[in-house]
Amino acid sequence: MGAQLRVYKRRIRSVTATKKITKAMEMIAASRVVKAQRKVAASTPYAQELTRAVTAVGTGSNTRHPLTTQAETVTRSAVLLLTSDRGLAGAFNSNAIKAAEKLTERLEREGKQVDTYIVGRRGVAHYNFRERTIAESWTGFTDEPTYADAKKVAAPLIETIEKETAEGGVDELHIVFTEFVSMMTQTALDDRLLPLSLEEGEQEKTTKDEILPLYDFEPSAEDVLDALLPRYVESRIYNALLQSAASKHAATRRAMKSATDNAGELIETLSRLANAARQAEITQEISEIVGGASALADATAGSDR
Amino acid sequence: MAAELHVALVAADREVWSGEATLVVARTTSGDIGVMPGHQPLLGVLESGPVTIRTSDGGTVVAAVHGGFVSFADNKLSLLAEIAELSDEIDVQRVERELERAKAEGDAAAERRADVRLRAAAAR
Repeated sequence: MGAQLRVYKRRIRSVTATKKITKAMEMIAASRVVKAQRKVAASTPYAQELTRAVTAVGTGSNTRHPLTTQAETVTRSAVLLLTSDRGLAGAFNSNAIKAAEKLTERLEREGKQVDTYIVGRRGVAHYNFRERTIAESWTGFTDEPTYADAKKVAAPLIETIEKETAEGGVDELHIVFTEFVSMMTQTALDDRLLPLSLEEGEQEKTTKDEILPLYDFEPSAEDVLDALLPRYVESRIYNALLQSAASKHAATRRAMKSATDNAGELIETLSRLANAARQAEITQEISEIVGGASALADATAGSDR
Repeated sequence: MAAELHVALVAADREVWSGEATLVVARTTSGDIGVMPGHQPLLGVLESGPVTIRTSDGGTVVAAVHGGFVSFADNKLSLLAEIAELSDEIDVQRVERELERAKAEGDAAAERRADVRLRAAAAR
């Protein structure tokens, strides 16, 4: 076998192996998207009811709570960025990071100090490489987050928002995550968790044409709010984690699908080249044989004489 | 037909039970509360404890609820809990083992959880 042909054959083999791997990863991701989507759906009733309850307390009572009222001057904000532990998901992580950076920039322009909290190894690596400070980070559960993970993430955030600003507490809590719109569309977006933006709730109310009843609070509106808001934050973070996981799997699926397609194309091109090389080799061999034979014939014809 | 209220018992990651009921008894931080159809809108903080739901077909559903909220409006009652289990889902032997372990390790939270589960299972 000629050198050229051997090189092509070797490349085809290696690309075929890669294609098999990306195909397998694509299928794994596809099955995980479905699972993650189911989890998002399963967590929706809780989140919905909780949001309803929070809106009810927020609008139905005149209680002033540090978590619902806007501080007059916001000096420090916390930004929670959700990324994934593993890459191979196209622009998934860089989009989320970019969104976080844009938000950070905006907040800093408004004269706020920003504390960054990160979930996922990718985000942590990005920030560490640029030697930026991370207030706290969590890794290891981004593929299949559980409610306990969400609680773990929420605990220090709630603690820091309840602290006075002078003692290192924050006044605002923002979250940056990737919303799972559909299998093909995932958008990185930022959202303010706290203080609650009740305008948003009111908008929802008018669109749904629903008048919230006047609740009787047990034991009291303050106590209910005290208990409700941490749960609300947890559930929002849980929902964001789940959506992020679903988006990540969808992004992986898409990235791996195009990798598989590209590998297929590459194999096709390489096979064509290998065929051409083989044909050239055969042609050369034939012409060598023909040439050799005629040379031999010429030689014998000469010796006869 | 007796008046009914719609009950949804929702845990953080799933809907545990939903259906029609005539009476729901739950424990809030200020004491047990019974909700019947037509109750005034209510929003309360739940204690860890068993929740009893008397369904409209005469049956009784008991669930162990670990913290959470009860909200009632428009004849719809939602029980929100981070963790909630129906009494049928509780494996008594396993919970007893958990209780032993929690006692041995002095883990008060785990002990309380196990205790609530056992009480819910016993009320079945």
